[in-house]
Amino acid sequence: MRLNLTGVFVDDQQKALHFYTEILGFRIRHNIPLGEYAWITVVSEEAPEGTELLLEPDAHPAVPPFMKALVEDGIPANSFAVDDVAAEHERLVAKGVRFVQPPTDLGTVITAVFDDTCGNLIQIVEQKGQP
Amino acid sequence: MDIYRAIADPTRRAILDELVDRSGQTLFELCARLTMKHGINSSRQAISQHLDVLEAAGLVRTRREGRSKLHWFVGAPLKAIGERWPISTDDSISDPTEEDNQQ
Repeated sequence: MRLNLTGVFVDDQQKALHFYTEILGFRIRHNIPLGEYAWITVVSEEAPEGTELLLEPDAHPAVPPFMKALVEDGIPANSFAVDDVAAEHERLVAKGVRFVQPPTDLGTVITAVFDDTCGNLIQIVEQKGQP
Repeated sequence: MDIYRAIADPTRRAILDELVDRSGQTLFELCARLTMKHGINSSRQAISQHLDVLEAAGLVRTRREGRSKLHWFVGAPLKAIGERWPISTDDSISDPTEEDNQQ
């Protein structure tokens, strides 16, 4: 058994596709039209054969209130690994991304949390090396 | 809610420490800091209730930014402690044993 797919619910798939590719820098893996919605996944440029991120429509009525409640308390919908949180923070802020939590040293990890503009907060995490 | 009860609890004092470190935190950030920096593994719900106590005592204020609820430390109510038991600026009379020795 392997983990090949994870996902985030998004309030607008095309807006999400723009944010996750043009702003974050992921690459489109699948973009298959399925009537009103599409099966859209992106992958990391650093691991194009790795886990896909599904940009899933928030069409089910239970989803928008769920997303809203997570954002209210600052809880990320997903978490991505980076080598350098400070550098990513700087790069994304320059592209207009809004962070609700700037880079924060939590001992073993450095984390930051930003708004994906599609109804989610996303956490980025850097594992600190051994001192 | 009086401030004495609000700051009597060590978890609530740790919450204030972290809000002094950075103003404007979400519940998620606060919980992460309490877990990782203080070893406090209370549930989010428990931390949320501690925040309610601190807010009722006027020591924490909340504000919405975007769609997130952020928390701020407000120090003003703590002035009541210093006003009730003023700290003497003259060290020689703050310690009664010292005062005895001098006379």
